[in-house]
Amino acid sequence: MSFPLLTATAVLPAVGAIVTAAVPAARRTTAKWMALGFSLATFALAVLVVARFEPNGDRYQLVESHSWIKDFGVRYELGVDGIGVVLIALTALLVPFVILAGWHDADPLENSSSRWRPTQGFFALILMVEAMVILSFEATDVFLFYILFEAMLIPMYFLIGGFGDRAHSGSDAAAATQRSYAAVKFLLYNLVGGLIMLAAVIGLYVVAGSFSLNEIAEARASGELDMATNTERLLFLGFFFAFAIKAPLWPLHTWLPNAMGEATAPVAVLITAVVDKVGTFAMLRFCLQLFPEASKWATPVIVVLALISIVYGALLAVGQRDIKRLIAYASISHFGFIILGIFAMTSQGQSGATLYMVNHGISTAALMLVAGFLITRRGSRLIADYGGVQKVAPVLAGTFLVGGLSTLSLPGLSPFVSEFLVLVGTFARYPVAGIIATSGIVLAALYVLVLYQRTMTGPVKDEVRGMPDLRPRELAVITPLIALLLFFGVFPKPLTDIVNPAVEHTMSDVEKKDPRPDVEAAK
Amino acid sequence: MENLIALLIAAPLLGAAVLLCGGRRFDRVGHLLGTALAATSFVIGAALFANMLTKSVDDRALHQKLFNWIDVGGFQADIAFQLDQLSITFVLLISGVGTLIHVYSIGYMEHDERRRRFFGYLNLFLAAMLLLVLADNYLLLYFGWEGVGLASYLLIGFWQHKPSAATAAKKAFLVNRVGDIGLSIAIMLMFTTFGTFAFGPVLGSVGETSEGMLTAIGLMLLLAACGKSAQVPLQSWLGDAMEGPTPVSALIHAATMVTAGVYLIVRSGAIFNAAPDAQLVVVIVGAVTLMFGAIVGCAKDDIKKALAGSTMSQIGYMILAAGLGPIGYVFAIMHLVTHGFFKAGLFLGAGSVMHGMNDEVDMRKYGGLRKYMPVTFVTFGLGYLAIIGFPGLSGFFSKDMIIEAAFAKGGTEGWILGSITLLGAAITAFYMTRVMLMTFFGEKRWQPDAEGHLPHPHESPKSMTIPMIILAFGSVFAGGFFSIGDRFLNWLEPVTGWDHGHAPISATTVTAATVVALLLGVSIAWVMYGRKARPVPVVAPRGSVLTRAARRDLLQDDFNHVVLVRGGEHLTRSLVYVDHTLVDGVVNGTAASVGGLSGRLRKLQNGYARSYAVSMFGGTAVLIAATLLMRAV
Repeated sequence: MSFPLLTATAVLPAVGAIVTAAVPAARRTTAKWMALGFSLATFALAVLVVARFEPNGDRYQLVESHSWIKDFGVRYELGVDGIGVVLIALTALLVPFVILAGWHDADPLENSSSRWRPTQGFFALILMVEAMVILSFEATDVFLFYILFEAMLIPMYFLIGGFGDRAHSGSDAAAATQRSYAAVKFLLYNLVGGLIMLAAVIGLYVVAGSFSLNEIAEARASGELDMATNTERLLFLGFFFAFAIKAPLWPLHTWLPNAMGEATAPVAVLITAVVDKVGTFAMLRFCLQLFPEASKWATPVIVVLALISIVYGALLAVGQRDIKRLIAYASISHFGFIILGIFAMTSQGQSGATLYMVNHGISTAALMLVAGFLITRRGSRLIADYGGVQKVAPVLAGTFLVGGLSTLSLPGLSPFVSEFLVLVGTFARYPVAGIIATSGIVLAALYVLVLYQRTMTGPVKDEVRGMPDLRPRELAVITPLIALLLFFGVFPKPLTDIVNPAVEHTMSDVEKKDPRPDVEAAK
Repeated sequence: MENLIALLIAAPLLGAAVLLCGGRRFDRVGHLLGTALAATSFVIGAALFANMLTKSVDDRALHQKLFNWIDVGGFQADIAFQLDQLSITFVLLISGVGTLIHVYSIGYMEHDERRRRFFGYLNLFLAAMLLLVLADNYLLLYFGWEGVGLASYLLIGFWQHKPSAATAAKKAFLVNRVGDIGLSIAIMLMFTTFGTFAFGPVLGSVGETSEGMLTAIGLMLLLAACGKSAQVPLQSWLGDAMEGPTPVSALIHAATMVTAGVYLIVRSGAIFNAAPDAQLVVVIVGAVTLMFGAIVGCAKDDIKKALAGSTMSQIGYMILAAGLGPIGYVFAIMHLVTHGFFKAGLFLGAGSVMHGMNDEVDMRKYGGLRKYMPVTFVTFGLGYLAIIGFPGLSGFFSKDMIIEAAFAKGGTEGWILGSITLLGAAITAFYMTRVMLMTFFGEKRWQPDAEGHLPHPHESPKSMTIPMIILAFGSVFAGGFFSIGDRFLNWLEPVTGWDHGHAPISATTVTAATVVALLLGVSIAWVMYGRKARPVPVVAPRGSVLTRAARRDLLQDDFNHVVLVRGGEHLTRSLVYVDHTLVDGVVNGTAASVGGLSGRLRKLQNGYARSYAVSMFGGTAVLIAATLLMRAV
């Protein structure tokens, strides 16, 4: 038996979580380095996964399969396609930056008399989330996926509720209430989705007699398994509902601004850049592959909801007064693009959507983490409390601007490539939807530039005077992220080479072909 | 030779990277490095040009493919360049004027602590602008298109401690983004129609699709051009863009970037030629903007804003010419190049005046400066004579050609367009004479600045005057040089095509009419602003309704403010409210009632939340366990 690389990639951060949690209370710094070390080792394994993966080989590679709950037909079955590979790489890439950026976020307060070990817990939970997210990108057994999909809520819940952003207006008690509200809202929304999905998972088993993604898909393709139209639609809706909450799709999005606003900036990145991607990933993997006909049936409604997300999220971002909530609404708009790309059912749309997941992860991390550095300095999340930062901390302002420009999809930075692919892929199938979505590029410019103008330009506010510029640790976080944004903006080929063949499979699952151009242009 | 094309872009791009990321250690040499790299680009451009001259007409275009940029199922975009007669013309203009303005900025920005960054942004602009004109497909053009938009944003807002500058920068970017929607959709239409968006295949197969599709693509390209080139209805940003340092106004907002729309239309000529309806709209936009800018230019007392109105108007001429089709393409570009010389020169002159006048921009507080700043006076004066079309100078040739082409459109349309361009020429002569008289002639109307210092106008340093002198040379001689033996026409015709049109009146008649229009404009301005008996008031008189409207840019901002800004604010505010109460409330409420939990939901806010969540989670676990058990049994 060959080395179980996929399992190892997921188990390593889990081991890291346990080890980090076990570090004695006094050795906080050791725990941090431990967590960083494990996250980097996980990244190394993820690189190995990328290296071992053959884009044009079998659909699912590095497969591992073991019987788990025999009576029930549940198997521990792993495998990755190109879409899973890039998302594993993204997760493993971002977590070290999340840890590094949150280096001091869980230090005990001076006057704290807490009996537990917040620092160790904070980093252990982050690694735990990483382990579960990575495993969920690998799971090809529906039940296994479901367990992970639900289980990752637990560490996330504690990360949001237990380690809030220390910059808040109002009393500590009020902040604690808000934080706990945000954490519970996060949990409840996702649990409701999970429950409905559970019903659908069981229903699927009743119909198909298996939890194995490959088995079911094969049986469907060969005609052995014939699902009644209504059954398929109901099951699809059960899955999709859970994924749409996690993604999040309008109108199920309202938990995200609360969660991202109250959590620390690195945890907010973990939510939007990593955990939420499981939702959009699962739409591609499970909805389209298991329920192709129902997916096509639901497409018109989903496209409309995605368009609403794009425009509505952007408009709400414009109206926000809190920096982190603004970024949260911007993410809602971006998730609209991702879902639009998936359901446009063109190769540009789906490859674009997959790339979008990666690029949105990197760009939101860049913007949110710098925002976090800024907020930590001033102790406020309100846009109105800033002004003229550019003058006192030019490097911070510059990196913030680059993060913002990537959020508005400026050509030259990687989000442009994915956004344009989604737009063109949508336009080819649904011209009107494509045109409406294109209006998002103006709104994105609006919320980003208004944010930049109000915080960074103008006369220097007194409270901002003396604000230090980025420190080496912070530069170590932001510089590689910006380098990646630039690199994939000009040369996205390493990503598209991996993603394209996987998308071809998905396209053939739903039996869709790209629309052909009207005329064959002279080459 | 084609391997040199990428170096054209690489040189200033390297400069931008080093100057913006290199930190303070480059403070002392940054401006020199930036200027040297801009000059490098010009030298490479000149070498490529010289090489092109040695080739036969059909063999002049060069191509260079660097690598495959985006490749997704039929969607193919390359990082690849195309250098033909049209793009080399732009390369020389951009890098040539660009280098001069780098040199000028060494002196102009000498006392700015962030001069290194300024040069970094200028280099970034050059790289993006060169990418725009060298791209061999529309998506790469879009890359450069947004790149110059970014550079323009950074440079308009360069003095970002001034809220007005920061606002102007944001406005410019946003308005341009509206135009970018047009370019995006045009590219998507090309992709769905032709399966590609590379220049060669698209422009080579326009005959195979419907006129309706080409009209749609043409109109979308025009929308893009309106944004970048400040044409009605997307013109409102250009006046505010004058918040940027004056060298920026000269390079980006006069000579090069704002003319990108003209490039786009001329480059896409094959599409427009086959879509007469789109062409008609192009012509109308050009004609309207021509008059709009000219009227605004007449009313402004801020020297830079008067020049900005003029820029808008002159680009209106170019767009109009481009809308005429093959009759006008060559002359649109010729006017673009001569305009690049004299308008850049005029802006640099304005900067020189401001430099000597404590950064005052109000022409009512100038007067009599010709004795104090002789070099500025002479170079500005030559630029002035060029732009009003004084016989023999550059603007005379290029503008006259556009007026002739407008008449040659033929029929009623030709007469209307010809008359508008003639009227525009008269108004141009009026407002430019006004600028000239208020600045350099008449009584001194100098006022003390905020700190109470009276200005001591003085000539600017050599680094500033030499670029002005060189540009003045271009303003005087370029037009004649291009026109003798139809040099410019013969140069560009293989790329853009050319057509005589149907001139209803002879070229001599048109020229005579142009000169009459010019004399008329100058005389009126002299009567109003030139006579000793009627000195220019320091405080602007109230003026007619039209004057007041023109001072407010013909109420464009008032319109935008009421409709877009206020309306948008109301919309976002009400949406924030709706999201908080309605969407959140309904979803929470539905979830609660579905689960029969509405009573317990109240506890959620009361601190029992955690136990509640845990119990729910426990419930899930029990459910799973039960299911498993059921199955096992």
